[in-house]
Amino acid sequence: MWQFFHKLGSPKWFYGIAGRWMPWLLWSGLVLALVGIVWGLAFAPKDYLQGNSYRIIFIHVPTAFLAQSVYIMMASAAIVTLVWRMKLADVFVKSVAPVGAVLTFLALFTGAVWGKPTWGTWWIWDARLTSMLILLFLYFGVIALGAAISDEKSSARAVAVLVLVGAVNIPIIKYSVEWWNTLHQPATFKLTEKPSMPVEMWLPLLLVVLGLYLLFGWLAFVRMQTEILYRERKTHWVKTLIRPEGAA
Amino acid sequence: MNSEARPVIRPMVRAVPILPAMWAVLKRDLQVNFRQLQDTLNPLLFFVMVVSLFPLGVSPEVSFLQVAGAGILWVAALLSTLLSLDHLYRHDFDDGTLEQLALQPQPLYWLVLAKTVAHWLVTGLPLVLLAPILGVMVHLDGNSIAVLCLTLLVGTPVLSFIGSIGAALTLGLRSGGVLLSLLIIPLYIPVLIFGTGTVAAAAEGAPVGGYLALMGAFLVLAITLAPFASAAALRISLSNN
Repeated sequence: MWQFFHKLGSPKWFYGIAGRWMPWLLWSGLVLALVGIVWGLAFAPKDYLQGNSYRIIFIHVPTAFLAQSVYIMMASAAIVTLVWRMKLADVFVKSVAPVGAVLTFLALFTGAVWGKPTWGTWWIWDARLTSMLILLFLYFGVIALGAAISDEKSSARAVAVLVLVGAVNIPIIKYSVEWWNTLHQPATFKLTEKPSMPVEMWLPLLLVVLGLYLLFGWLAFVRMQTEILYRERKTHWVKTLIRPEGAA
Repeated sequence: MNSEARPVIRPMVRAVPILPAMWAVLKRDLQVNFRQLQDTLNPLLFFVMVVSLFPLGVSPEVSFLQVAGAGILWVAALLSTLLSLDHLYRHDFDDGTLEQLALQPQPLYWLVLAKTVAHWLVTGLPLVLLAPILGVMVHLDGNSIAVLCLTLLVGTPVLSFIGSIGAALTLGLRSGGVLLSLLIIPLYIPVLIFGTGTVAAAAEGAPVGGYLALMGAFLVLAITLAPFASAAALRISLSNN
């Protein structure tokens, strides 16, 4: 366990491991997500109240789910950055922050598309929508701060502090907007209860969620590999990796 | 393991206890602010001007202002706090005072706490004192004004404390001002929601004790946690230099 943890400190080691994991993550993620989406969009039964428009949950719920988990993962990585000064944790935070922002935007966008036929409006200042919007702002802040500090070490630690401050605030924001105004239904999946949907509906949804997690893992690895190559561009191993013969 | 065996380096002079040190920082910051009075007044003038934009820009109708007045004052207070935050550490950072503070034997946590309190005394407190006049100008009734002032009294220190984190993080960066707003505004939203929510509840005749208690909880949380993050961010910004 500790040996694995120490190895994580080496970007070169991680670069290799990530390369080996990536095809598995990509293909299993693609298969799961595609099966789930096709099943959900084409074969799952219609909703008795909303008709076909509910089918957007097969995109909306997974992206919203992941948008929040990505922030939690970033917060965990931020703790690692501050406590152990591990470079790879910062590589992770910097690499996935834009992904998290895009996922949050997608969740908001698909929600708006669904809201138009169902609620009769693109946007309302509802608790869920507002707190997701604030989550998007937090992602923007993290990206902006990371881009503003050129020194790698200070940038890593400053971003980690900001991510953690944001993480403390997320529950506060969530409850403050919830007491303030709410229309959005409660969470679709809960770990503790059986879903209130028929199995033909929640099983494809679960497949898409799992598939999207795997695809996120793949994308995170791709982006982390790129970031590692850029940061380690002056080291010998990157030079030999890029130009096997010509390296001096 | 054997850290006890290592010799302890004792400072030559006995360190000043924490409370007198905090008092010294507070007094010094207040003095600096009163000697640059114009700089201290600018956010206040900004506050007054932003509030006057809304009747002119949206609607001078009494019915609109009565509903929106508390929100307008809160948003204006929030923006003027944001503007003043750059001041909190910038000068001390430029002339090296901050580095000396970070080198003091007292934990930076307490000194940051004192600095933030000083910041609130010169920016937040005057906003609270100005609020009744502006409240009358946006046609709030007496009870609403009293509740509004109370929420600002509890809420503006929270703004100062949360803001101190952003000020410390963006210290020494080129685009500090805009970046600071980007980082801090999302974190201000709960305070804004409860601040205006309290006044709205008061206008409907509902009890406001619960709302105020929650804002007090925010304040306690901000006072205890924000200086930690702020001090950590200061050390990062100082090491960056």
